[in-house]
Amino acid sequence: MDKMIARAAWWLAALLIAVLAVAGAADTGFAIHMGIVALAAVIGLWVSLTRTDYKAVASGAITAPDQSRYDDDPIRWGVIAVVFWGLAGFLAGLYIALELAFPALNLGLEWTTFGRLRPLHTSAVIFAFGGNALIASSFYIVQRTCRARLAFPGVARFVFWGYQLFIVLAATGYLLGISQGKEYAEPEWYVDLWLTVVWVAYLLVFVGTLVKRKEPHIYVANWFFLSFILTVAMLHLVNNINLPVSLLGAKSYPLWAGVQGALVQWWYGHNAVGFFLTAGFLAMMYYFVPKQAGRPIYSYRLSIIHFWALIFLYIWAGPHHLHYTALPDWAQTLGMVFSVMLWMPSWGGMINGLMTLNGAWDKIRTDPIIRMMVMSLAFYGMSTFEGPMMSIKSVNSLSHYTDWTIGHVHSGALGWNGMITFSAVYFLTPRLWNTGRMYSARMINWHFWLATAGIVFYTASMWVAGITQGLMWREYGADGYLVNSFAETVAALHPMYLLRAFGGLLYLSGGFVMAYNVWQTIAGRQRVEEPMDVAPYDAETDRPLVAVPAE
Amino acid sequence: MANKRIDDATGVETVGHEWDGIEELNNPLPRWWLLTFYACILFSIGYVVVYPAIPMLSKGTQGMWGWTSRGQLAAEVKAETDRRAPIMAAMAATPLESLPANKQLMEQAVAGGRAAFRVNCVQCHGAGAAGGNGYPSLVDDDWLWGGDLKTIEQTITHGIRQPGDAQTRTSLMPSFGKDGILTAAQVSDVASYVLTLSGKEKPGAASASGQAIFAANCVACHGADGKGSRQFGAPNLTDGIWLYGGTKASVQASVTNAHAGVMPAWNTKLDAATIKMLAAYVHSLGGGEDFAAAPAQP
Repeated sequence: MDKMIARAAWWLAALLIAVLAVAGAADTGFAIHMGIVALAAVIGLWVSLTRTDYKAVASGAITAPDQSRYDDDPIRWGVIAVVFWGLAGFLAGLYIALELAFPALNLGLEWTTFGRLRPLHTSAVIFAFGGNALIASSFYIVQRTCRARLAFPGVARFVFWGYQLFIVLAATGYLLGISQGKEYAEPEWYVDLWLTVVWVAYLLVFVGTLVKRKEPHIYVANWFFLSFILTVAMLHLVNNINLPVSLLGAKSYPLWAGVQGALVQWWYGHNAVGFFLTAGFLAMMYYFVPKQAGRPIYSYRLSIIHFWALIFLYIWAGPHHLHYTALPDWAQTLGMVFSVMLWMPSWGGMINGLMTLNGAWDKIRTDPIIRMMVMSLAFYGMSTFEGPMMSIKSVNSLSHYTDWTIGHVHSGALGWNGMITFSAVYFLTPRLWNTGRMYSARMINWHFWLATAGIVFYTASMWVAGITQGLMWREYGADGYLVNSFAETVAALHPMYLLRAFGGLLYLSGGFVMAYNVWQTIAGRQRVEEPMDVAPYDAETDRPLVAVPAE
Repeated sequence: MANKRIDDATGVETVGHEWDGIEELNNPLPRWWLLTFYACILFSIGYVVVYPAIPMLSKGTQGMWGWTSRGQLAAEVKAETDRRAPIMAAMAATPLESLPANKQLMEQAVAGGRAAFRVNCVQCHGAGAAGGNGYPSLVDDDWLWGGDLKTIEQTITHGIRQPGDAQTRTSLMPSFGKDGILTAAQVSDVASYVLTLSGKEKPGAASASGQAIFAANCVACHGADGKGSRQFGAPNLTDGIWLYGGTKASVQASVTNAHAGVMPAWNTKLDAATIKMLAAYVHSLGGGEDFAAAPAQP
């Protein structure tokens, strides 16, 4: 009972502070944000009061969780959050793709302009969809590979809900025009501080579980998860050292200015790709691929070498985002050569994933989840080759600031991160809700093909668009004059923008198929359908022709 | 490790660890992978030697080739400048009056003007030079200040209503409504009359009243027949071409709050030869006129 009262007191204190902050807010955006925090505190208070088992408290009975089971509640919420935020992020992406093709869709409203919806899209897919996938799967994997329940279960629940609050604050902030203006680090100082608290709690749960493990060794997936959590904490802290204008206002200014600010931003930005979208998702790959294939990891030695090479080299590669800028040439060169050296360490993960299928390649034909994993690794390989190539100065002078970059990140994000997350969702859902299998394997196959076709439309159109753009910008006529005006290069891309939006529509449709499939699985239904791995066989016709003797 | 075993499917030994059923094989690093990794490292070392790469106490190493990104830009810009140089020299040496006679140079001027237009002018006049509300179309033969080469050059060079430029094009229509010169009803009537000039409205009582107001207030610049005056940049009101819209409401708005559009004096940014080329390009768009007076041939 004391515990419950203490918890309620915490919620009331949070509510009080939030209400005071609303009252004293220096700007509307901050007031709305503190209103959201107050609402979250009210919900927390209500849940604390109504969910308490008063009878158990009165009788003095202590309800302890079942120590013989893994702690999977936050993971179930995580899977639902992944599906929900995925759809939200894909939808926002499709809408802004259409805005680029048809600018009238900006609607002439500040809240729906491309400039505000674009960070909404990127944050929704990277941090909401991807981040929830990472948190949920890391909690799942660390328990299984340590043979131990989550450490600090209360903190684990705080991590999940605190992270959702971060997402809501970030997303609403973009629409209200609250932004630091730093790509992938748009949320303002108070949201950054909140994320820091949540992230330290996440580290605590993860390391706590590793410490109480029952296995003698730490599995490779957990190395990757730990490097991801630690490095993201470091990147987040350094890139967000800001001084707020007012403690009751949204606006703040960064410590880093000018080219130093640019370098810190891209050190952050590129390693967000490296440690959030690569290391974290490689951790997922290292668990789900061998589990789904039922095969051992191809090479322990390769996993060690490519892990250490990857995390050592990645952290230096950021300056390749600043080729041909005010950044000193020597820093640009270093950014480039570290990117080139990163090629093989990145591919080490692809090799270890694909070669794990040795002895089980037939499952590509029969198991749509394996099919997704293989496609995911293939796109991982393609984009980690493309990245080092685009970091080379002479390639970059053509590709930089063009849609080629957009195509590149989407072949990584839609292909690698998206596909591996989808296969993780299909792996986790039947196990977490104990239903034996997904509602429909054929729908997984549909999802696979919709997503694959969508990615092909997306990346192919952006390659063409990017190279067209780069060549048109630098095109000189015979007399030494530039040939194209900027508006003409934009007009030339219109057909490509339509194809890109069509690809996005296919990918989003695949997301809806997944949402339906997950929904039905959680509801406990199983679709009656032909299994995917049985070729039709008719014993009657499976015999030699024998001439029947004439009577 | 106690649990090492030979994997049946591949015949490779495992390392002996096991986590939640996942084992690891003891395969070596793929040779092609390792060699490619080494090759990338060698390439990088070579690149670091050739290009500026290592930060030292006061500045970074310069590399073997002395390459800099600024140097590369300067070289590329110089190469194109050199290619343009003969034409630019010829342009500078040729008076605008004799340009039409030099057919080849005129073509080159139009091409160069087109490029300069795309950088400097499209923001207001549009990529196709068709203009927009408040920005004149340059593809028709309706000119505010005149459409021969010399006049266009003058307009581009000194701009429109640019303070600090003594030769800038300037004029100021009164804000008849805002300044209380005309009542709202009078503004409405004169707008009706103006619209009859281009046949957009049928003559009636309002336009008849408006005609008298027009005669008293507007003819000094727009002329008795409403055909405008290039001396003041006063638009022709009879041709159905409208800079700020030809509806009753927009004409009323223009009479109530007069417009005074501006254009930069481009001699502050572009050299004389480029301005000549711009004049040639704008002249070529469809509405170019012959020189107002026959140019004196040298």
